[in-house]
Amino acid sequence: MSPATARAGGPLLLGVRHHGPGSARAVRAALDAARPGAVLIEGPPEGDALLPLAADPGMQPPVALLAHAADDPGRAAFWPLAGFSPEWVAIRWAQEHEVPVRFIDLPAAHSLAAEGDRPEGDRPEGGEPDAVRLDPLAVLAGTAGYDDPEGWWEDVVEHRGARGDGQDVLGAFEALGDAMGALREAYGDGGHHRDLVREAYMRQRMRAARREFGDAYAVVCGAWHVPALRARTTVAADRALLSGLPKVKVETTWVPWTHRRLARAGGYGAGITSPGWYAHLFTARDRPVERWLTKVAGLLREEDLQVSSAHVIEAVRLAETLAAMRGRPLPGLIETLEAVRAVMCDGSDIPLALVEDRLVVGDVLGEVPDGAPVVPLQRDLTRQQRTLRLKAEAEDRELELDLRKDTDTAKSLLLHRLRLLGIGWGTPVASRSGTGTFRETWRLRWEPELSVRIAEAGIWGTTVLGAATAKAEADAAAAEELGEVTALAEQCLLAGLAQALPAVLRALADRAALDTDVAKLAEALPALARSLRYGDVRGTDATALGVVAAGLAERICVALPSACTAGLDADAAAEMRTHVDGVHGAVGLLADTDEGLRERWSAVLAVLADRDTVPGLIRGRAARLLLDDGRQPAEETARLMGLALSPASSPADAAGWIEGFAGGSSGGGTLLVHDDRLLGLIDTWLVGVPERAFTDVLPLLRRTFGAYEPGVKRTLGELVRRGPGGSAAAVTTGAAPEGFAPDLDPVRAEAVVELVRMLLSAPDRVSAA
Amino acid sequence: MTMPETEQRAEALRPHAEDAFAHELKALAAADDRPRPTRWKLSPWAVATYLLGGTLDDGTVITPKYVGPRRIVEVAVTTLATDRALLLLGVPGTAKTWVSEHLAAAVSGDSTLLVQGTAGTPEEAIRYGWNYARLLAHGPSREALVPSPVMRAMADGMTARVEELTRIPADVQDTLITVLSEKTLPIPELGDEVQAVRGFNLIATANDRDRGVNELSSALRRRFNTVVLPLPATADAEVDIVARRVDQMGRALDLPAAPEGLEEIRRVVTVFRELRDGVTGDGRTKVKSPSGTLSTAEAISVVTGGLALAAHFGDGVLRPSDVAAGILGAVVRDPAADKVVWQEYLEAVVRERDGWKDFYRACREVTV
Repeated sequence: MSPATARAGGPLLLGVRHHGPGSARAVRAALDAARPGAVLIEGPPEGDALLPLAADPGMQPPVALLAHAADDPGRAAFWPLAGFSPEWVAIRWAQEHEVPVRFIDLPAAHSLAAEGDRPEGDRPEGGEPDAVRLDPLAVLAGTAGYDDPEGWWEDVVEHRGARGDGQDVLGAFEALGDAMGALREAYGDGGHHRDLVREAYMRQRMRAARREFGDAYAVVCGAWHVPALRARTTVAADRALLSGLPKVKVETTWVPWTHRRLARAGGYGAGITSPGWYAHLFTARDRPVERWLTKVAGLLREEDLQVSSAHVIEAVRLAETLAAMRGRPLPGLIETLEAVRAVMCDGSDIPLALVEDRLVVGDVLGEVPDGAPVVPLQRDLTRQQRTLRLKAEAEDRELELDLRKDTDTAKSLLLHRLRLLGIGWGTPVASRSGTGTFRETWRLRWEPELSVRIAEAGIWGTTVLGAATAKAEADAAAAEELGEVTALAEQCLLAGLAQALPAVLRALADRAALDTDVAKLAEALPALARSLRYGDVRGTDATALGVVAAGLAERICVALPSACTAGLDADAAAEMRTHVDGVHGAVGLLADTDEGLRERWSAVLAVLADRDTVPGLIRGRAARLLLDDGRQPAEETARLMGLALSPASSPADAAGWIEGFAGGSSGGGTLLVHDDRLLGLIDTWLVGVPERAFTDVLPLLRRTFGAYEPGVKRTLGELVRRGPGGSAAAVTTGAAPEGFAPDLDPVRAEAVVELVRMLLSAPDRVSAA
Repeated sequence: MTMPETEQRAEALRPHAEDAFAHELKALAAADDRPRPTRWKLSPWAVATYLLGGTLDDGTVITPKYVGPRRIVEVAVTTLATDRALLLLGVPGTAKTWVSEHLAAAVSGDSTLLVQGTAGTPEEAIRYGWNYARLLAHGPSREALVPSPVMRAMADGMTARVEELTRIPADVQDTLITVLSEKTLPIPELGDEVQAVRGFNLIATANDRDRGVNELSSALRRRFNTVVLPLPATADAEVDIVARRVDQMGRALDLPAAPEGLEEIRRVVTVFRELRDGVTGDGRTKVKSPSGTLSTAEAISVVTGGLALAAHFGDGVLRPSDVAAGILGAVVRDPAADKVVWQEYLEAVVRERDGWKDFYRACREVTV
């Protein structure tokens, strides 16, 4: 076959689709057929020096060529290359055949300089700034009657190679070039304004190549550019386009890339939806559909789904028949996935989502040899270390930070961000000199492997701030437990990642909405309320956080009553009581953001206090919180206590109520000292406790009253001895020994202790009760 | 015999699909030049067009029978063409039976080879029964045999239909395994068998969110390609379906037409969709989903019930209070868990929404 170079004697122009495996295969076939003396590739010429690394055995695609402004690593552009990218195939072909290979696109020095003029945030991440104004493939596919550009491309280009009709390697490039030519006649530059400049530069480089190699060179570029590179323009016109371009100093390196970031879902503008599928098409030698469905079956089996070979056979048949019905030459990704759903997944989308995530996109991570220049993240870190005077030292060192000072705040932010990125240079430790929220203590220790961690983290971004933000957002999306997200929100505030906060809060709201365990919600709330206070100290805007926290409190209000009635045992009730306390405190903090919240919380407490099925401990606690807040008059509290302590309720439950109401260090003793009525109620109840049950409630009562301050105990004892009514004398023997022991009346106390010991040491009675 | 039968058909309350749309099928068959599988009346492409609607070259308009994703219909039709059995799954009210009837009508020109699945469906309904008078008089013979619709479909190369497959007892279901894998139906009493001829296939429908159903055995499930018919994709489509059906049903029940009720219908549909999808319509807030199915069919009954309330006890205009109780009943199926879901939804979503104050109040009134 004659190397039918495009257009009578000109160079071999290979218009491709970036990341198209069919294009890649066709490029290799065309290069094999034409054997050009040099290969030119669309890409920044600054990367030329790094090209030899592509042949390094340590280099595993997917990788990306990264160019960034030397003084501002945040201004960067990536040119991702997968193993099935035509550009990568061309580079490797040239290296194997030892012919020169060069990048010929507009230098990144110019494109990055131009980007710097644009407002922040408007900057596209990809190597093709200004991409997707007009999608040429969509237009061509639409013209051909396809509603899906991917499907059209698969049919006319990718599957040609798969059938192996090598007769027509160059024909496809010709046809596509012509189609693009027609498009560009109709649409001009299609909104890609920068393209004119880029193409002028490419033409200049092609002229240089012609002087060096004659016409025996090949150009691999996006199909869109082919007509422009073919056009005959004057040198002067191209020079005029290129004059006066702004310029910055640029550094380049290779960074590892992932399939996920190649995918459009990963946020890369000029990406592809199905890198895993394309990698499969590129690597499968024959029977791509059968091999693909076998792979899918393997994955589903790993997940314990019953998938037999018969399923694979039927799926292949269905996919092929579907393709035939739709008039496609071979089943595409859509047909195979539909077949998988109908045959292997019982019509369900859930296992199918797994297939899409693991196979269609895939988890492949590229590798870059050690010889590659350092990643910009490292550079950014070094720069910050220098400005903040924080040296990376191997031995332990403690660092005291006062967050009221600006440099110390900056140090704290840096350390927190690094921690988020998994670069554990500093660990927070308990502060030695006092605890205020404005103080932080860190232990610093630089381990050599942290450099590796930085290289790994380079995938998240080019600056510490950018990388930490991206990582936090990804973590939030991946988190499963509510607690993880709450912790993350706290970390974001600590690390000052204001931009990541919306994504994290969204994830938080979502998890909270779906979490059915009130305990988890209640656990998360106090941490959030705390975070709000951090926000205040550090001047972060935490309004959004307040809204989310209020929403969380709302959900707790709805679900708490039923959670408290669902047959809680003693331990669970105790745990729930701490939750009630925690939420109560948090509601107090949140009341500023949502006025009605306090009202609703009080209503919930009232329900808890009043509902018989709620354990006594929680009922008592709720009654107490209501009383303290002045939400419930003392008479009502007395009524509740009377109900809880009436003979009909079980003594254990009643003792729990007292513990909840007056227990611990919550100042319950003082309350009893000052309210005769409440004390009298407890008094009366205690007298009425049957002898057998008394042993059971004794430990609980001891815990309740034992924690009181000695002064309170004494006063209470005296009050009880004086007694509000006739039964007081009898009560004294029962209640007094409890909290007040010897110094009150050693002789009498001795006697009671004897009695108690006797009761406790009677095992049959204890078990009977 | 033929004359009265035709007359009877024309007067039928609900004519079969192949009769009601006979002209469309005829036009499609005339225009269809694509290859047809053996004994198919139309090519797979034409079957898909019959279901999804379109305009033929000669100007004949094919009305859409099914409004939904094209790809789903294509997978269903293709499944039939690969001689695998087709299982249509979906919650009630997703047009499973409707699709199955029209598929059978378009593929085989006959949608009447039907087995209705119930808890009492016997094996005879799927295999064959006996004409006992003849059996006793002449002994076992092919003449004494009463073939089931499945058996007739096998012998003639037609499409058989099984409705509500999962309601059929498991042992009776498994009768289908031999039919679907060996494509034969043995008749041990006669030492004979019926072999399916080309063109035979089977469409089954089943409800995938119904409790108390008989799960398919994995052996049987393996014989089916499963296609899940989704609920309406957009709120507007669903409102349209609900409004239309409510209108039809309201006329049958002699309820007054309520054009002002469209807003309430939209509200009911919104509530159902949001709870079903677990996310609010604007995609901003997630909500928990209750255990009920909350299908379109249930939305229809909630609105119809509300209309009846409004007509008999109100002023004839559908108001929030008329639908609130119905919604509560549809949402709260499990008194403990669903109630929390519903209250959360009320507090987190309904309370904040503009113009939903009345509805919120009405719901609070019935939610205790």
